[in-house]
Amino acid sequence: MDVEITLRVDGTEHTLVVDTRTTLLDALRERLGNTSPKKGCDHGQCGACTVLLDGWRAVSCLALAVAHDGATVITAAGLTTNGELHPLQRSFVIFDAFQCGYCTPGQIVSAVGRLDEVSAGWPSAVTAPGAVDVVLDDDEIRERMSGNLCRCAAYAKIVPAIREVARG
Amino acid sequence: MTITPVAMGQPLDRLDGPDKVQGLARYAFEHQVDRPAYLYPVQATIANGRIRSIVAAPASAEPGVLTVLTHDNAPRLAVQGGETGVLQCDRIAFRGQLVGAVVAETSEVARYAAGLVRLTYDELPHDVELTADRAGLRTPAQVIPLFPMDTEQGDVEGTLAAAAVMVDRTYRTAMYHHNPMEPHTTVATWTDDGLTLYVSTQSVYAVKRTAMQLFDLPPDRVRVISRYVGGAFGAKVYQRAEIVLAIMAARAVPGRPVRFALTRQQMFSQVGYRTPTIQRVQLGADAGGRLVTLAHGSIEQTSTIEEFAEHATRMTPVMYAAPNRRTTQRVAALDVPTPTIMRAPGECSGMFALESAMDELAIACNLDPVELRIRNDPPTHPVTGQPFSSRNLVACLREGARRFGWPGRDATPRARRRAGWLLGTGMAASTYPTFRLPGSVARISAGPDGRYAVQVAAADLGTGTWTALTQIAADALEVSCADIELGIGDTAYPMASEAGASTGIMCWGTAIVEAARKLRKTLDGQHGGTVPPEGLTVEAAMPDNEYAKQYAMHTFGAQFVEVRVNEETGEVRVPRMVGVFAVGRVMNSKTGLSQLLGGMTMGLSMALFENSVVDARFGHVVNHDFAQYHIASNADVGSVDVHWIDEHDPYVTPMGAKGMGEIGIVGTAAAIANAVYHATGVRVRELPITLDKLLSPE
Repeated sequence: MDVEITLRVDGTEHTLVVDTRTTLLDALRERLGNTSPKKGCDHGQCGACTVLLDGWRAVSCLALAVAHDGATVITAAGLTTNGELHPLQRSFVIFDAFQCGYCTPGQIVSAVGRLDEVSAGWPSAVTAPGAVDVVLDDDEIRERMSGNLCRCAAYAKIVPAIREVARG
Repeated sequence: MTITPVAMGQPLDRLDGPDKVQGLARYAFEHQVDRPAYLYPVQATIANGRIRSIVAAPASAEPGVLTVLTHDNAPRLAVQGGETGVLQCDRIAFRGQLVGAVVAETSEVARYAAGLVRLTYDELPHDVELTADRAGLRTPAQVIPLFPMDTEQGDVEGTLAAAAVMVDRTYRTAMYHHNPMEPHTTVATWTDDGLTLYVSTQSVYAVKRTAMQLFDLPPDRVRVISRYVGGAFGAKVYQRAEIVLAIMAARAVPGRPVRFALTRQQMFSQVGYRTPTIQRVQLGADAGGRLVTLAHGSIEQTSTIEEFAEHATRMTPVMYAAPNRRTTQRVAALDVPTPTIMRAPGECSGMFALESAMDELAIACNLDPVELRIRNDPPTHPVTGQPFSSRNLVACLREGARRFGWPGRDATPRARRRAGWLLGTGMAASTYPTFRLPGSVARISAGPDGRYAVQVAAADLGTGTWTALTQIAADALEVSCADIELGIGDTAYPMASEAGASTGIMCWGTAIVEAARKLRKTLDGQHGGTVPPEGLTVEAAMPDNEYAKQYAMHTFGAQFVEVRVNEETGEVRVPRMVGVFAVGRVMNSKTGLSQLLGGMTMGLSMALFENSVVDARFGHVVNHDFAQYHIASNADVGSVDVHWIDEHDPYVTPMGAKGMGEIGIVGTAAAIANAVYHATGVRVRELPITLDKLLSPE
């Protein structure tokens, strides 16, 4: 069954027709031609498809497009401002926090979302129980970034690339 | 003759970096094409037998389906058999084999309709378990002529029995899947003008050759493009059924581009894997740890439709000298998919066994494991007697030990505890051969504006090719990187050997250096040293290396790790790794470091997590996704400290580069297993090192 939905993607509104089986990821990649979010597993296990969905990070392969009519989506392609890379994007390049680049847009969106989650006081599995403020040390970064797999295994560079920006 | 490094060696940011961090670099599937159709495959649900019947009508009748392909209607290929011989007959050789395809207007319809195709089978018993004592083990055919499958010298049995110290142990490695983040993907378009393929591959020319051979096409009718590859690790060297299926589908719907991406689950049966191995290592030494006997045998598996064998023992006689030596390789043909090249094929598995055994020998000799390796470092190649073009294993061992803080280590196992964790340290050596693959040609077009177009159909798998080749071209032409316009990943450019065997940068770079020389010579000889107004284009092939016959060429390294093992649960953590390598001149110190670091981390993943589990009842890998086949995640990795020694090797390539894509994974698993022994007193000889093996050891 086909359904018409509206998505606001990286600041631009799109009206599109999707199959009710179409994932948000496939709607972005195959219907709108926005291939910034990547398909690595299609099962929410690798994080390559991570986008900001109405402000919070989400694996777009586990979201059905039809369930998100009217949603605002930000991909890594939409993180730039006037053609300038987002500080996290710049930091990933400088630290060489990737090799093949396929997981990278998801890593960066995830890192952006994670900074917002920390600001909102969300604890992680390694946060000390009862802690009022989350101290963003390397263990916190590793834990909060572990939903994004990198087979080139740039983790030991992803951590300092994020730490650098988080410190501001 | 070598060239002077100016740009080479600099930590230049990845030139494709800005595009990749935005997700704008287009991988194969992502090329925008008009009216794409989508392919979804049908897979066999038995491991051995024949297809009795296929009912495709319900799938064909589904709205939006363009065609259904099976062996009943698929075109005959010009070359039969093997992994590429898809839909040619009713025979099933492994579970998951591609036996059909649905092509439809959308990916959703294709996938749904593929589930409507019904197959019945005449099933035969299957044989999918590799064991050491099974019948039918045979010596594999020679894969690479440089390395004999079996070698023998002296009296292994006699000297082993008489040795002052002896280690005789069996080690096992698991089945591993490459799992690049980007699945294998193809966009195939068949028109009257020919075939165009966007493919995720380690070699566009290999894909082109395969397409030409199977579909009987002339060279000017096939173009293959692969500018960015989302990881490969060996899985995208050889062509497999999926790419052939995509071409067949494109031919069935001429003019319509056909998009085909394997799912993560399908990759566990479609794209090859690192064979499991059962290895026996026998070491005999004098009381001072000097090897008298060195024997290493490996048993592995292949399929019934194609043979692939990796040399899990080929580096053994390169690492250490012993007057009495034997290496053997045996393979069993099972009802499984064919294994393939995976990062350091042979060395990676083999060095887990050899370097674990060396640790056991060090303990038996009451000798420091670093010192044991230094004592057995051969001055010349132990088999050929050739000098090494450079061999800095000892320098790596010493520098690694210093950086890690190894000296003074107490070798007593299970002697350090902190807050419920047992602490240990371990080390192992690394090596990888310095190969050359033939066939690379580079084209340089000099423009009157001082810019140079440099083209060679190389691949960037994340290996930094875009950046490193630009640096090499700049130094070869004695200009700045900004003056170079590099073109790779397209058969519109001259032939390139594949991105494999850690040879890419060496071979493509050498061809570029040769083309630059030819350009200069042509300019000086015919144009008075000035680029003519219409520009000048030259092509040159990678020349033979006169030193290749005189010297043994290898890279070396040493890895040191710290582990902690939870006393209650057996959980293993690796907070710190140090690797020091001797890999010649590093072309880009930023991207090169990432390669070594990535290799070591993949080695950690192999040591502790990865294990493709085959269900013997059905013959397939049951843990076929990222939730169950765990690859190291961010929280699994601690500090990874990578260094290289300043090695100048004038014999390998004009750039002094020796290749560094694979050596990082060699030895890591042994270093971790050795550290786990140091922490716990438990020797784990079968990977992965899971907590069950520590809580209830053999």
